[in-house]
Amino acid sequence: MFELSDYGVAYGQSDVIRDLNLSVGKNEIVAILGRNGMGKTTLMKSLIGMIPSKAGTVTLNGKDLSDLKSHERVSAGVGFVPQGRMIFSTMTVSENIETGLTSTGEKKIPTDLYSLFPVLDEMKHRRGGNLSGGQQQQLAIARALASNPSVLLLDEPTEGIQPSIIKEMARTLKQIRTQRNVTIIVSEQVLSFALDMADRILVIEKGKIVLDVPVEEADQQTITKYLSV
Amino acid sequence: MFADYTMAELTSIFAMQGFAGLILFSVFVLMALGLAIIFGQMGVINMAHGEFMILGAYVTYLTSNVFSSYLPESLYGSYFFIAMILAFFVTGALGALVEWSVIRHLYKRPLDTLLATWGLSLIMQQLYRSIFGAREVGVTLPDWLMGSYAITDLIEVPINGIFVMILTIIITVAVALMMQKSRLGKQTRAVVQNRPMAAAVGINTEKVDRLTFALGCGIAGIAGSAFTMVGSTGPTAGQLYIVDTFLVVVFGGASSLIGTVASAFTISQAQSTMEFFLSGSMAKVLTLLTVVIILMLRPEGLFSLKMRR
Ligand SMILES: Nc1ncnc2c1ncn2[C@@H]1O[C@H](COP(=O)(O)OP(=O)(O)OP(=O)(O)O)[C@@H](O)[C@H]1O
Ligand SMILES: [Mg+2]
Repeated sequence: MFELSDYGVAYGQSDVIRDLNLSVGKNEIVAILGRNGMGKTTLMKSLIGMIPSKAGTVTLNGKDLSDLKSHERVSAGVGFVPQGRMIFSTMTVSENIETGLTSTGEKKIPTDLYSLFPVLDEMKHRRGGNLSGGQQQQLAIARALASNPSVLLLDEPTEGIQPSIIKEMARTLKQIRTQRNVTIIVSEQVLSFALDMADRILVIEKGKIVLDVPVEEADQQTITKYLSV
Repeated sequence: MFADYTMAELTSIFAMQGFAGLILFSVFVLMALGLAIIFGQMGVINMAHGEFMILGAYVTYLTSNVFSSYLPESLYGSYFFIAMILAFFVTGALGALVEWSVIRHLYKRPLDTLLATWGLSLIMQQLYRSIFGAREVGVTLPDWLMGSYAITDLIEVPINGIFVMILTIIITVAVALMMQKSRLGKQTRAVVQNRPMAAAVGINTEKVDRLTFALGCGIAGIAGSAFTMVGSTGPTAGQLYIVDTFLVVVFGGASSLIGTVASAFTISQAQSTMEFFLSGSMAKVLTLLTVVIILMLRPEGLFSLKMRR
C-alpha cells in the first residue's frame, strides 16, 4: 500500500538514507526506531516532500509520489506530524486544524476530530502557541488528520511528553487507525510506546534497516541494544 | 510660528490641515496595506508599488474618459465605482503576472527582488510616458464629490476627502476581515509563520504567494483611484509616495494592521499640519527625525505581536 524501493536521501554529498526498501500494508502501524541522528527525521521529511529524495521511488496505492510537491502529496493522501510539532503558534486551535482542511476543500472541521481530542474542542479559540506540549502534539495530529490521509507519518510524537500521556497517545493512535482506516508510520526512540502500539517494529541505523520484525517476535533486549549508544 | 494667529484661527487651521491630512492618510494606508501584505508574506519589498498605484490612477482616468465621451452624462456620477473595481483587477492581474514571471524565481534572494522590482518600476514609468505622455493628467470629479461641507464658519471639509476616507476604512476593514476569516487569509497566515509546514499540511504555497502579491498590487490600484481625487497623475507620481509608504510600514511594524493604520495616521497628520507652518521639505525632515528616534527606542515598530514561540 505504501512502498519505498531503493530509497535514498542525502544532504549534498552526505547520504543519510541509503537503499531503503519498505512495504507497509493497509491499516498497519509500523514503528521505526533509531538513535539520535540515524536519519528518522530526514526520512520523514523527505516522504512528505520537505526535502527531495535522491534515489528510488515512494508509492502510495500504486501512485508514484516521488516528483510531487508537499501539498500534492497531502492531496494524494499523506499526512504529516513533524518532530517538534510545528503548529502555527499565532493562530488559534481551530484555525490550525482548518489549515489541514485545505486539500479536502471542506469548510467545517469534522466533529469526530474533536471527539478524538476533547481538549482541543475546549480550547479552540486559544492561540496554538499557548497550549502545553502535549496539547500541541494533539493539535498537530488533528491538523494532519483534517486532510483525511490514508497514511499518517509521525516523527517522534512522544518527545518531551510524560509517560501517562504517552500511554494515552498510543491508545488514541490505535483508535484512529480503526476508526479512520489509516496506515500509521511512526518514528520513535521510546521502545515501550512502540511495543504498545505498533504491529511491526523496524530499527534504522545509519540510514539502513537493520531489523524488521512483527511486534510479537520483537525481542526487547536486542532492540534495546540497538537503541543504546 | 504660531504667534501670528489668533486662537480660533489656530484651531481651524489644525482642524482643516487635519482633514487635508486625512486624504494623505487614506492614500498612505492603502499603499502601506498592500506593501505590508506582500512584505509580510514573502519578504519581498516591492519597489514598483508606487507604479502599481499609478496604474490604478491611469485606469481611473481612462474610465472617466470613457464615461464622459461615450455614456450619457447622467451616468458620470458613478464612474468612480466602476473605475475602482477595474483598477483593482487590472493592477491585481499585472501583479499576478509579475509574480509568476519574475518574482517567484527570486524568492530567498532579497537583494535581487529589490533590484528586479526597481527595474520594473523604471520600465513601468517609461511605458506610462510612452502611452500617456509625460504631461500629468487629471480627472473631472462628478458633481456630488465637489465642494465642501462647512462644519463651522472657519472649518470646511472637502467632500471628496470624506469620501476617500470612508472608502479607505471600508477597504481596510474588508482586508482585516479577509485575513482573519477567509480561507485564503488563514492560509496566508500559515505560510507566513512556517512555509514548509504550511505546504506539509496541504497548502499550495505558490498559489497563495501569487494571490497575495496580486491582492497587494490590487489594493495599490485602489489607492491609485483614490489618488486621482487629490493629485494629478503623471508617470513618476508614484515615486513621491513610495518612500513615505516605506516609512509608514517600518514605523508601524510590518506584521500589524493596526500598527500600519496608526503609523499612517501619525505620519500623515504630522506632515500635513507641519506643512502649513513650515516648508514641505522641512516638515518631511522633522517627520523622518521623529520616526528615526522612535524606531531607535522601539526597533520592532509601533506595534508587534508578543507570542510564545
Ligand atoms: N539540514 C541538514 N544538513 C546536513 N545534514 C543534516 C541536516 N539535517 C540533518 N542532518 C544530518 O543527517 C543525519 C540524520 O539526522 P536526522 O535529523 O534525520 O536524525 P534523527 O534520527 O531524526 O535524530 P533525532 O532522534 O535526534 O531526531 C544527522 O547526522 C544530521 O547531522
Ligand atoms: Mg528526528
